[in-house]
Amino acid sequence: MAVTEAVDLTAQPKGKHLWLEHVYDWVTSVDHKKIGIMYIVYSLFFLVIAGVMALVIRLQLMVPNNHVVSPQTFNRLFTMHGTTMVFFVGMPILFGFGNYLVPLMIGARDMAFPRLNAFSFWLSAFGGILLYFSYLGGEGLFGAGSAPDVGWFAYAPLTEKVFSPGHSTDYWTLSLLLTGIGTVATSINLMVTMISMRCKGMTMTRMPLLPWLYFVTSFLALIAIGPLTAAQVMLMLDRYVGSHFFDTQAGGSAILWVHFFWIFGHPEVYILVMPAFAFANEIIPVFSRKAIFGYPAMVAASVSIAFISAGVWAHHMFTIGLGPGANTFFTLSTMIIAVPTGIKIFNWLATLWGGKIRFKSPMLFCLAFLFQFLVAGLTGIMLSAAPFDWQLGNSYFVIAHFHYVLVGAILFCIFGAFYYWYPKAIGRMMNERLGKWHFWLMVIGFHLTFDFMHVPGILGMPRRIYTYEAGRGWEYWNMIVGIGAVFQAVATLVFVYNLVWSYKHGEIAGRDPWDAWTLEWTTSSPPPDYNFALAPSVGSRRPLWDLKHPEDPDSNYE
Amino acid sequence: MSTIPLDHELDETPWVLPDRGISAMILLIIAESAIFIIFVVGYIFYLGKSLSGPKPADVLELPIFSSICLLSSSLTAHFAVSTLRKAKTAACAAWLALTVALGTIFITSTGIEWHHLIYEKGLTIQTNLFGTTFYSLVGLHASHVIVGLCLLLVALIAALRGKLNEHHAERLEVLSLYWHFVDGVWVIVFAVVYVLGR
Repeated sequence: MAVTEAVDLTAQPKGKHLWLEHVYDWVTSVDHKKIGIMYIVYSLFFLVIAGVMALVIRLQLMVPNNHVVSPQTFNRLFTMHGTTMVFFVGMPILFGFGNYLVPLMIGARDMAFPRLNAFSFWLSAFGGILLYFSYLGGEGLFGAGSAPDVGWFAYAPLTEKVFSPGHSTDYWTLSLLLTGIGTVATSINLMVTMISMRCKGMTMTRMPLLPWLYFVTSFLALIAIGPLTAAQVMLMLDRYVGSHFFDTQAGGSAILWVHFFWIFGHPEVYILVMPAFAFANEIIPVFSRKAIFGYPAMVAASVSIAFISAGVWAHHMFTIGLGPGANTFFTLSTMIIAVPTGIKIFNWLATLWGGKIRFKSPMLFCLAFLFQFLVAGLTGIMLSAAPFDWQLGNSYFVIAHFHYVLVGAILFCIFGAFYYWYPKAIGRMMNERLGKWHFWLMVIGFHLTFDFMHVPGILGMPRRIYTYEAGRGWEYWNMIVGIGAVFQAVATLVFVYNLVWSYKHGEIAGRDPWDAWTLEWTTSSPPPDYNFALAPSVGSRRPLWDLKHPEDPDSNYE
Repeated sequence: MSTIPLDHELDETPWVLPDRGISAMILLIIAESAIFIIFVVGYIFYLGKSLSGPKPADVLELPIFSSICLLSSSLTAHFAVSTLRKAKTAACAAWLALTVALGTIFITSTGIEWHHLIYEKGLTIQTNLFGTTFYSLVGLHASHVIVGLCLLLVALIAALRGKLNEHHAERLEVLSLYWHFVDGVWVIVFAVVYVLGR
């Protein structure tokens, strides 16, 4: 113990640094905490860009016959919005949190391969820059620049050279290929960290649920990114060397692309949502003052979601016409997903049940997540029935459904995670009053936008239309949706202001501001470069509980 | 500023976790398998759907000799690792050299096959769906063979310069795992392209 303190008390050398030295320090860093923060800052940057795109889209659709942007620009907007949000906001922000938290929570000093970690971050970062460079380079420097406009799933044969001249689609393909390599490398890195770097005493059954869910997510990324990479390689061969994979003129199949894309695309949804579950798994118990209910069931449910999710992709393709056999199979397999997710919801409710709930910002976001994720799941079950999907496929009902998951579940959990771990990463608490403002504005904005977005879908409004005529009954709904978007934008501004304000003026957090139980809270805030002066050893799933309550340790009950 | 000390009175059983390199290579193999599966599925899906000739049966010949070379190189790679583990560095270098030689025979005969197909049979990646899927699947595998050969060559050079010793056995095993994977994929490619597809 004396050693621990001696090491931790050794003052870090703090001379005056030039601005460039700081930049050098970050750019060359292989520290998982710095890389994690870089991931998060980078994706927040893209979140703002893609968020502004969403605002322009909503502005365009607020009233009928609107002409804020041209139809061509509109196509680019929804393509870039979708691609950015999935590949350059969702994945990097979640891998950022994973990078930061997983080694700390399993008592390791860094990831298994720190340099590979930095490499994959920079791959992802340059992938994002490459995608946005398409605005300049899409048609070469002579014509007006153009970004990809083929939609985020880029259905063939729209992407073939004939229908997508210029280089915009190439930028889309190459940037996704590049980030895909980065994602696979990070996933391997995270999994190996959890397999080979756990501290003494931390068996797989004692690993906290956040690392567990990251394990499952990373595995899903391993098996899902491959098909995307393969499909992108095929598309590139088609575009560059004239092969015929998706060339219907030469007998190629456009449907094959759809299959390949969704074999990636559906697990991708779970790659994005699992980390959100992971945050809820850490936040809900701490703010209910109870251990998580049903730890083994939670792990089993996560693993089974991962397995089932690899066999449901064609529910994105009911409207293509797969025939009765495939429709039945994919309807049933999709509905089965409701069982493990239901187990999760009930376990979270059981964790809340009888707890001493503290309604702080992180918990508020997680409670909203519980409700909203349930609603998103219910519309999911509606859409999983093939006949229902034939009616509403490609309508705004589908858009409302998946934004309910992406915003209502994932983004809310990410916000919760920010409030929860910001004190650990920065050393200061985020402002609670601003946090409440952020939360309520976000809840109001979210429900205004996405509850009411279901209705024009039921009334027949298709997705991706540039504008519409008056008198179809869509006007008022789109107006409400647009107003909700403004609320969400204001909420996000409050959040960003809070991030910046608290960096300088937040209350000093100390080591363990939430009285939590996992290993990251044993380190100082922010943690030293080496995380743990001495490698910790644990005897239960809640090592800090054991420490704070030596008279009644968890290890007696596990 | 200090850390909460965290040491439990645990039993003194040593805490051993799997090797990082080997775990990572197994996971990489899973990820790579996903890519290969998609290309294999693409190949099977487009079997017999070409709108024009040549067809696989017209132009493909069974690459028996080169396949035997590649598959036996898996065995020699294994011997390289096991001899290195016993600190027999000279034997290890010999096995590595044999592995590289066998791999080179394979990739050379693939090159000869492609040259024959392109210049004599007129089958390119643009000709028809068979050409598209054949060159991409076999080419994907061949590119993996080339990467493996480069890595094996690095190991061989290190061994010849006397820089390889028994402490590197784990690392060489990571490489040999990759090589086994490349050989395993060839079994599937062979079965799909040359047996089933013909």
